[in-house]
Amino acid sequence: MGHGDGRAHFYVMDYFAQQFINGISLGAIYGLIAIGYTMVYGIIGMINFAHGEIYMIGAFIALMVMVAFGIGEGGLVIVALLSALLVSMALTSLYGWVLERVAYRPLRGSQRLAALISAIGMSIALQNYVQLTQGARVKTLPPIIQGGFEFQFGDTDFIVRLSALQIMIVLVTIALMAVFALLIARTALGRAQRACQQDQSMAALLGVNVDRTISLTFVMGAALASVAGLMVTLYYGVIDFFVGFIAGIKAFTAAVLGGIGSIPGAMLGGLLIGFTEAMWSGYFSIEYKDVATFSILVIVLIFLPTGILGTPEVEKV
Amino acid sequence: MNPSALLQVEHLTMRFGGLVAVDDVSFSVAQGAIHALIGPNGAGKTTVFNCLTGFYKPSVGRITLNSPESQATFLLEQMDDFRIVRDARVVRTFQNIRTFPKMSVLENLMVAQHNHLMRASGWTFLGLIGAPSFRHAEAASVERAEYWIDRTGLAEYADSEAGALPYGEQRRLEIARAMCCDPVLLCLDEPAAGLNPSETEQLSELIGYIRDHHHISVLLIEHDMSMVMGVSDHIVVLDYGQKIAEGTPEEVRNDPAVVQAYLGSDDDETDNAADTTT
Amino acid sequence: MRPPFASPLLRDAVLVAGIAGVLAFPFVGLLLTTQGTAPTLSTRFPEFAGAVVLIFFGRLGISAARRGHSLFPIVLGIAMATVGAFSLLFETTGMAADSAAPWHAFVPGTFLATVASAGGVAIAVVAGRNHLLRDSVPVAQKPLPMKQLLLWTGIALAGVAIVLPLLPAVDRRLIDVATLVLTYVMLGWGLNIVVGLAGLLDLGYVAFYAVGAYSYALLSVTFGWSFWVCLPLAGALAALFGILLGFPVLRLRGDYLAIVTLGFGEMIRIILLNWYDFTNGPDGISNIGRPSFFGFQFAAKPAEGTESFHTLFGIAYDPVHRLIFLYYLILALALLTNAFTLRIRRLPVGRAWEALREDEIACRSLGVNPRNTKLSAFAIGAMFAGFAGSFFATRQGFVSPESFTFIESAILVAIVVLGGMGSQIGVAVAAIILVGLPEYFRELQEYRMLAFGMGMVLIMLWRPGGLLTHREPTIRTRPQPASA
Ligand SMILES: Nc1ncnc2c1ncn2[C@@H]1O[C@H](COP(=O)(O)OP(=O)(O)O)[C@@H](O)[C@H]1O
Ligand SMILES: [Mg+2]
Repeated sequence: MGHGDGRAHFYVMDYFAQQFINGISLGAIYGLIAIGYTMVYGIIGMINFAHGEIYMIGAFIALMVMVAFGIGEGGLVIVALLSALLVSMALTSLYGWVLERVAYRPLRGSQRLAALISAIGMSIALQNYVQLTQGARVKTLPPIIQGGFEFQFGDTDFIVRLSALQIMIVLVTIALMAVFALLIARTALGRAQRACQQDQSMAALLGVNVDRTISLTFVMGAALASVAGLMVTLYYGVIDFFVGFIAGIKAFTAAVLGGIGSIPGAMLGGLLIGFTEAMWSGYFSIEYKDVATFSILVIVLIFLPTGILGTPEVEKV
Repeated sequence: MNPSALLQVEHLTMRFGGLVAVDDVSFSVAQGAIHALIGPNGAGKTTVFNCLTGFYKPSVGRITLNSPESQATFLLEQMDDFRIVRDARVVRTFQNIRTFPKMSVLENLMVAQHNHLMRASGWTFLGLIGAPSFRHAEAASVERAEYWIDRTGLAEYADSEAGALPYGEQRRLEIARAMCCDPVLLCLDEPAAGLNPSETEQLSELIGYIRDHHHISVLLIEHDMSMVMGVSDHIVVLDYGQKIAEGTPEEVRNDPAVVQAYLGSDDDETDNAADTTT
Repeated sequence: MRPPFASPLLRDAVLVAGIAGVLAFPFVGLLLTTQGTAPTLSTRFPEFAGAVVLIFFGRLGISAARRGHSLFPIVLGIAMATVGAFSLLFETTGMAADSAAPWHAFVPGTFLATVASAGGVAIAVVAGRNHLLRDSVPVAQKPLPMKQLLLWTGIALAGVAIVLPLLPAVDRRLIDVATLVLTYVMLGWGLNIVVGLAGLLDLGYVAFYAVGAYSYALLSVTFGWSFWVCLPLAGALAALFGILLGFPVLRLRGDYLAIVTLGFGEMIRIILLNWYDFTNGPDGISNIGRPSFFGFQFAAKPAEGTESFHTLFGIAYDPVHRLIFLYYLILALALLTNAFTLRIRRLPVGRAWEALREDEIACRSLGVNPRNTKLSAFAIGAMFAGFAGSFFATRQGFVSPESFTFIESAILVAIVVLGGMGSQIGVAVAAIILVGLPEYFRELQEYRMLAFGMGMVLIMLWRPGGLLTHREPTIRTRPQPASA
């Protein structure tokens, strides 16, 4: 590098740092959604196509609660946020539970495609249900959590921003992941889940309540998706009935990339997808960022079908 | 090892993660003979079949097939499953039945003649225009299918859905279907499972017929000892993935290692034998 | 005296209505709007209460009818239908109060009222049927002669389709709708090869439709080639795309394949949307060549020195001629697709497709090359989508990425699955139900996709195998000489 372009050098660094920060925040959100896909796939081997809609529903409910609390008015911000989190988690979990009960459980013994098609139907129905009842226009939320840190490297005029919100997103994600890891590793539910993942009929013979375990898996996936929904609403400030579709596909890609069935894999995959998207938007073209994600999906499935952290498996004949 | 054997399996090993399902197993199958592969459940018999027919890629080992007609030699462990059937003509049936349930019995047997018929149909183009050459080839295939339908006693079901057939008939359908692939080696995975004694008797006859009249070698996995002892020329015994004995039915029957594997160690109760032979 | 069935049913209905109420409260009971930049929340409790009550009675009626009760569900059903009908009347005659309230735009009472009346009638009918059947002695049912039945249904449908534009009562609107339905029938038949026969769940079929439409549009606009030249080219290009996309991914397991094809569909749409130089981006391509009747244009004033369709036949110019011509064009294309499928099903490759759908492992154990077999299904399916895409482009005279969204793929998959995975007549019937009916009742357009999604779920629950599951063998043994 020449002597004269120190400025440019810092600029490159700054820009990269900014995309890095954006990528992590985005990736944390994708990771939270991806866990829902990966757990369900791990346990019943189906793609819960409506999971993106569950996330969208979580975002709507969270936004409603925050609006009901009058958002930023007075010192209620924390209360509003916490209530939004709790109410949205509870109601969205109920959606996840009912979804499994109504649309998937009766099809568990049928041909593989039946459940997937039922899931696609649910996805379309939920999207249109929200569009019909809440309208097609975007819903906005003015920024609630403000502030943050600003960095400047060298004498460029480019400022790297690390917002408080981004910090919160990452912290909440880490906290949830920790709780979750404990839940899976230490509790009876986690054990039951792992048992069902390996062999459902065997688990049933050993006294595991398979139906309940599957239900709870959907509930947990939905709860995490609702948190992602809340954070996206805060982060972007706009949502509509269609946000679940693309986010869902990206999160699914993340789950596949990380190794379907693996929860750390889902988080890792989410981060990688978030990075790719931020970098691609930052350096190439924002229009083609979704194409980049889909390309990753295809490439991973072709060359690394078990993902990064997934265990290779020989199809049993 | 006998280099003139039809099939030669050398040092076959198959691992799944930490589990060694097949552990350094070698044996060979002679031309025109019926060989049996026996052993308790989980001994690795089906896994051997899966390696032979390309469904699993063995971790270690070489599987050689010397084609009796073309003098060609095939290294099966390097071939894709469908190529093993198409080129080396090693055909198998499945322990858990795999018919095409919504297709008729005849259609099942027509699918088995797919490669031949594809060529005859000019990769579909001749078929689309209804070329006479294709119609003749198709008629010949139907005739061949009908021959095996009669042989396996499925005549009354020929045009019914395969999935609607009784259990024993589905097992025979799989054999008929495999025979329509024109094999040089037929691998049968527990063909007598779930059959009653008279059905088993018929099955033994059918297997003998296939060897005697079509000069096809058979590799048989079976738990029904009276059938195995009656029909086999040679028996290989597996236990925990390892070959523990080999020889004629007479030799195997009297081999102490085999008795031990089937009956458990000396201080076990002998009624374990009932479990292991189901 | 309390009816003996009341208590468990009641408890169940209360539970279901309660859960549904909790779920529906935020979406039905509340309304988010944005005023300026500030979001506001308003309530619409009457709607919400109505929905919960409706669910309660609906569930009560359904489970009573299911358990074989007759009197109670019949009465309940009739009552629901009556209330629904009255409130419909009330709404439509404008007697409802404050119809200016904001929620009227989204959840009109007509929706609930319609559901109530339709649901009520359905409950009453089912319960009534149960009642009648209960008293009749179960007779050994003769299996329907499905083969004959399907054949005659097919002939009848084709007959109606052929004479439709000539019927006196038929207007432009109906011809338009019928043309649209036939486009979906053709696409459905094309996709039926991929999904119904070969069992490959392709959620990106619309991509090939788009490739066909854009190929036609670009060829026609750039080189000025005629429809009949561009049509086969568009089909070939779509098939080529099918092979290129299919080659790397067709070995993937069922639902992975579904997601990847979905990804491809979206990728093609995004590329069409953003590659301005080539596709003109979201503005699309217009002035696409119209098809001609073997060189004779459908124009009021033919260009100097040429004849047009109406002068050729010496009849007065009527714009409907073009519509009728387009109708017959798509009918011919669709019937061609059908004839092709019926024929190829009887060839080795067709049987291999179905065998792959049934059991891929068994196929491999019989020497069938799964990748080539799947690729052929994928490419042929794509080719028909390409043909249909050309037709779409020439009919509209305009193409833009907007027409090729995921939802089109989902509708097509639903048509194939609803039809019964492989049944040609099933596909035609499903296309009429899913595309024709909603198109003809535009008033319900708003609810179309909601009903559509729920329909997909309900049909899967009701018949996981589809509507028409009957399948004729593609080949039969020669009749045996009658023996003693
Ligand atoms: N695809 C596979 N993945 C993991 N383990 C397998 C797989 N196939 C077989 N095994 C294991 O290999 C062992 C041998 O199985 P198998 O060959 O089916 O036994 P057998 O046919 O003699 O009863 C068993 O412990 C089985 O669980
Ligand atoms: Mg076995």
